Amino acid sequence: MNEKPELQMPLEPERYELSAPPTYHFEIDRREWFKFLGAGLLVVCVSKSVAAAQESGGSRPAPGEALPKEIGAWLHLGENGVVTVYTGKVEMGQNIRTSLSQGVAEELHVPMGKIQMVMGDTQLTPFDRGTFGSLTTPTMNLQLRKVAAAARNLLVDLAAAQWKVDRQRLVAADGKISDPGTKRSVEYGILVKGQQLTQTVPAEEALAPATQWTVAGQPLPKVDGRDFVTGKHKYPSDQKLPEMLYGKIVRPSSFNATLVSLDTHEAEQMPGVTVVHDGNFVGVAAPSSVIASRAAAAIKTEWKSEAQPSNKDLFEYLKKNVTEGGDPTGAPTRYDAGSVEQALASAEHRLQQTYTVSYIAHTPLEPRAALAQWSGDHLTVWTGTQRPFGVRSELAAAFRIPEENVRVLMPDTGSGYGGKHTGDAAVEAARLARSAKRPVKVVWTREEEFTWAYFRPAGVIEVASGMQKDGTITAWEFHNYNSGAAGIRTHYDIANQRIAFHAARTPLRQGSYRGLAATANHFARETHMDELAHVVKMDPLEFRLKNAKDARLRDVYQAAAKKFGWGKAKSGAGQGFGVAGGSEKGGYVATCVEVAVDRASGEVKIVRVVTAFECGAVVNPDGLRNQIEGANIMGLGGALFEAVEFENGRILNGLMSLYRVPRFRDIPPVESVMLDRKDLPSMGAGETPMMGVAPAIGNAIFDATGVRLRSLPLVPNGLKLD
Amino acid sequence: MAKMQINVNGSSRTVEAEAEASLLSVLREQLDLTGTRYGCGEGQCGACTVLIDGKARRSCLTPAAAAANKQITTIEGLAQGEHLHPLQEAFLAEGAMQCAYCTSGMIMSGVSLLNSNSNPSEAEIVRFMEGNICRCGTHPRIVAAIRRAASALKESGR
Ligand code: FES
Ligand code: FES
Repeated sequence: MNEKPELQMPLEPERYELSAPPTYHFEIDRREWFKFLGAGLLVVCVSKSVAAAQESGGSRPAPGEALPKEIGAWLHLGENGVVTVYTGKVEMGQNIRTSLSQGVAEELHVPMGKIQMVMGDTQLTPFDRGTFGSLTTPTMNLQLRKVAAAARNLLVDLAAAQWKVDRQRLVAADGKISDPGTKRSVEYGILVKGQQLTQTVPAEEALAPATQWTVAGQPLPKVDGRDFVTGKHKYPSDQKLPEMLYGKIVRPSSFNATLVSLDTHEAEQMPGVTVVHDGNFVGVAAPSSVIASRAAAAIKTEWKSEAQPSNKDLFEYLKKNVTEGGDPTGAPTRYDAGSVEQALASAEHRLQQTYTVSYIAHTPLEPRAALAQWSGDHLTVWTGTQRPFGVRSELAAAFRIPEENVRVLMPDTGSGYGGKHTGDAAVEAARLARSAKRPVKVVWTREEEFTWAYFRPAGVIEVASGMQKDGTITAWEFHNYNSGAAGIRTHYDIANQRIAFHAARTPLRQGSYRGLAATANHFARETHMDELAHVVKMDPLEFRLKNAKDARLRDVYQAAAKKFGWGKAKSGAGQGFGVAGGSEKGGYVATCVEVAVDRASGEVKIVRVVTAFECGAVVNPDGLRNQIEGANIMGLGGALFEAVEFENGRILNGLMSLYRVPRFRDIPPVESVMLDRKDLPSMGAGETPMMGVAPAIGNAIFDATGVRLRSLPLVPNGLKLD
Repeated sequence: MAKMQINVNGSSRTVEAEAEASLLSVLREQLDLTGTRYGCGEGQCGACTVLIDGKARRSCLTPAAAAANKQITTIEGLAQGEHLHPLQEAFLAEGAMQCAYCTSGMIMSGVSLLNSNSNPSEAEIVRFMEGNICRCGTHPRIVAAIRRAASALKESGR
């Protein structure tokens, strides 16, 4: 059963939030659509240019004509009154299944229970680049609300025509149109019975302002919460098909290794086992996971690789290996204003410091998993990914088949945090399934997840600044090596700036992580701000406010400080207070932290965290609070102790017992203050609330001990005081 | 392969399992009880927690053979028909989940705690739940849910 090598596994040395080319093909025509969905009303959101073209050719596409390509989302209202919403976004704990439903309920005036969401299925949902970058709320929520509002208007028109009355007197509420004058009413489903109505909506349509929301803006519970507390929900790793086999990959002994010898004899003798060897890819498929592991263990391999850098030389390596590349996300990498040289020369105080951040692992509690099934040259894969359409492209490329032949489905997955952008497990499962001629499921072990996924980039950040005696910052020079350009700009008002990101060769495979480099950049910037405040002996909060004009930034600082009780006297030895804040992805954050440092043992305890956050109009306050708390708690890990250790192409701490993540005893009370700006568009909240916690902790440790920490993690082995 | 009797959620099932098979793999692969999750396979995360004779156990480290003829409860067996266990209710009421991948294990551990201590203090909850990881950071809500369930149980006199 051993196959000849014929396919190279695609190796992706680094992955950020890259965009797959929008090679979107709409496979089902309109007639097909209604055949598939049943009669009713279909509303599609398209970008303006396409909508205009549609309208000039009549408002409805001709029968058989494909739907427009630049579709953001669509919605179907069936004869039974059920509203089905189609979006390429995916749910992995950020609660968008609920918050997007809320937006639709709000505009369409239907109960939440009538809405179902179809998400992240490349065959049924519109093309989507992926679920990341806190973009779902500002874009998808808006598009769906527009689609829903258009559907409601259409329903009002239908009822008005049917009853021959002025549409102004009709009311849409609770899934019905009614006429208060005649007390007549009709359910939405009845109105569209037997019809095949379509409408396109330009993305620019005006919407009800947040001040008039009734459903959106409410703290609604998770729509399918019951499935989770009863264990009924099927994650990608829970998927199963008849005849399915369990896959297991034989991993190289180190990164960048080449296979030099292979002996699969013993494994091939095992009943029901298929061994696949294809280039550097070696794997097995077997009737149970136990036998798959046994077979993989019986395969003897020898690998060869070059010497590779280790984490003790990491920061030196990054600085020495600067490359020409820009930021992989396409973010601008340079900002200049005024003259930093002159400002530094004339400054009354100058400060120069270097900050570092380690690689860290996403450690989603559900590891990567995929189930693949071939039918001829058509491939269907269920997998946990933030980019179903990107994974479809990866699969098409790996197996040299057209994208139309590949369907990727994403059952709500056990979190991602930016770590599930690639389709590694999907490609592996599909490769095994092709040879085994049966469906194959691959679920990565925790160790594989720690080793063969990708990491948050490590980085070195150098800051040089100049300041007047009164605490006015006049010069700001900021160089980030490798960790990325997200959040690299300062939101303080400084006349002379030079800010630059420098890409570097990376010893480990790196990619997106919740908040991208904004965490590293905020850490360096906000630690440096604290150091400057100390130089001029100013209160750190006052110092920040002195240098910040941005009203939204000032508001979150003041809100956090108020809730925290900033400025109160210390009440015990080892107590320290710290503050940090900033802005990213349209959200503003400020965090105050209290720490208690035990000088004898070096133990640092986080006593309390207060985070103020503002991201425009709040859609679901409880969901938002959950995100703010979660981001701060997750942020504690990277702040205090998470770091990937590696040596010569091997991960040294790739087990849950070796890589420390926050546990119950590490968790302080996290208080959040949400500033609801109903006058501003809603922005995402999955990432930005995390930015303040690491520098605020570092600053609080300084306040408690006078020890300035400039590396993340801050205290992987406790605080060394001497 | 050895034949064994697994008593799970009140019914007795006969399975054939390899000698090295964990209870987790038998539950998930043979009995289709996928509500019990894999998170680490090394007893470190608690996602695979089930009750064996009423006590929280990590099914990833429990050989299937060692669980034979004992009473096993998984997350699927906690509700009585449509009637959720008070801790399941409390998780919903507190919104104590994001991706919810940890939820099964958290609830099973929490039930085990409540079985032995009907009114745990916050410190006792934190100590008992230390072996369960939530990566999404819902810990404070989980603690609140356990406390809520404790008072619900007290009120209902169970
Ligand atoms: S899977 Fe059993 S403790 Fe993690
Ligand atoms: S809710 Fe995601 S791991 Fe706990």
